[in-house]
Amino acid sequence: MQHTLKEEQGALVIALEGEVDLEHSPKAREVLLASIDRGKDVFVDMSGVTYIDSSGVASLVEGFQRAKTQGSTFALVAVNPAALRVLELARLDRVFVIHATLAEGLDGGT
Amino acid sequence: MPAVSEGRVLNFTIRARSDELCRMRDAVRTCVEASGCSETPTADIVLVIDEACQNIIRHAYKGDPNGEIELQIDREGDHLVFALLDRAPLIDTEKVKGRDLDDVRPGGLGTHFIRELMDQADFLPRPGGAGNLLRMTKRIE
Repeated sequence: MQHTLKEEQGALVIALEGEVDLEHSPKAREVLLASIDRGKDVFVDMSGVTYIDSSGVASLVEGFQRAKTQGSTFALVAVNPAALRVLELARLDRVFVIHATLAEGLDGGT
Repeated sequence: MPAVSEGRVLNFTIRARSDELCRMRDAVRTCVEASGCSETPTADIVLVIDEACQNIIRHAYKGDPNGEIELQIDREGDHLVFALLDRAPLIDTEKVKGRDLDDVRPGGLGTHFIRELMDQADFLPRPGGAGNLLRMTKRIE
């Protein structure tokens, strides 16, 4: 798994790429939580996530909960179909804010 | 219609470590695709085997990286039969339950995926010796 971090319109955009599995999810968790703790809105671009397992999903849930506690936005954007399938199986597609594109997320706020 | 081969189609062993799971996923994906499964069922099976291996690493071997996980896949008619074997202490099968999905929290999804995606999943003692066996079946589709 690789990640990039950039700032757009005052929000932090984290792009995750590759396989977010048991080996790499600790890094994903670290990046997500550190970004949320900067107090900005966070968008996670998942267009490049080719695989995610329950440990990767757990990192997203932790991010979601941390942001909720802080009252900031935490949203997923452009979720790859393979990853979306896993979120649906976990019924988390009803919990996370998911935008089709980054532009839609930035324009729509939450 | 061409004859479909029966019997063992994969026997694959990894160390009980997170950096071994990628090799296991690749082996399962290749085998299941070759057995005739389409894209989504193949991805589901890869996820299930990965999650089951994670459970073994974390809960059966409790992080001991010297443990081994063996996967056998057999074709029986229009089904694939998966046997995931370890040599860890016996697990308490009463505790192997998926969590309530309405309780949104990190963790606890692996067993849910196993039960949701496979046609059958049984947690058993390993035959003929110490360890555990997770036996699962899935119709080829």
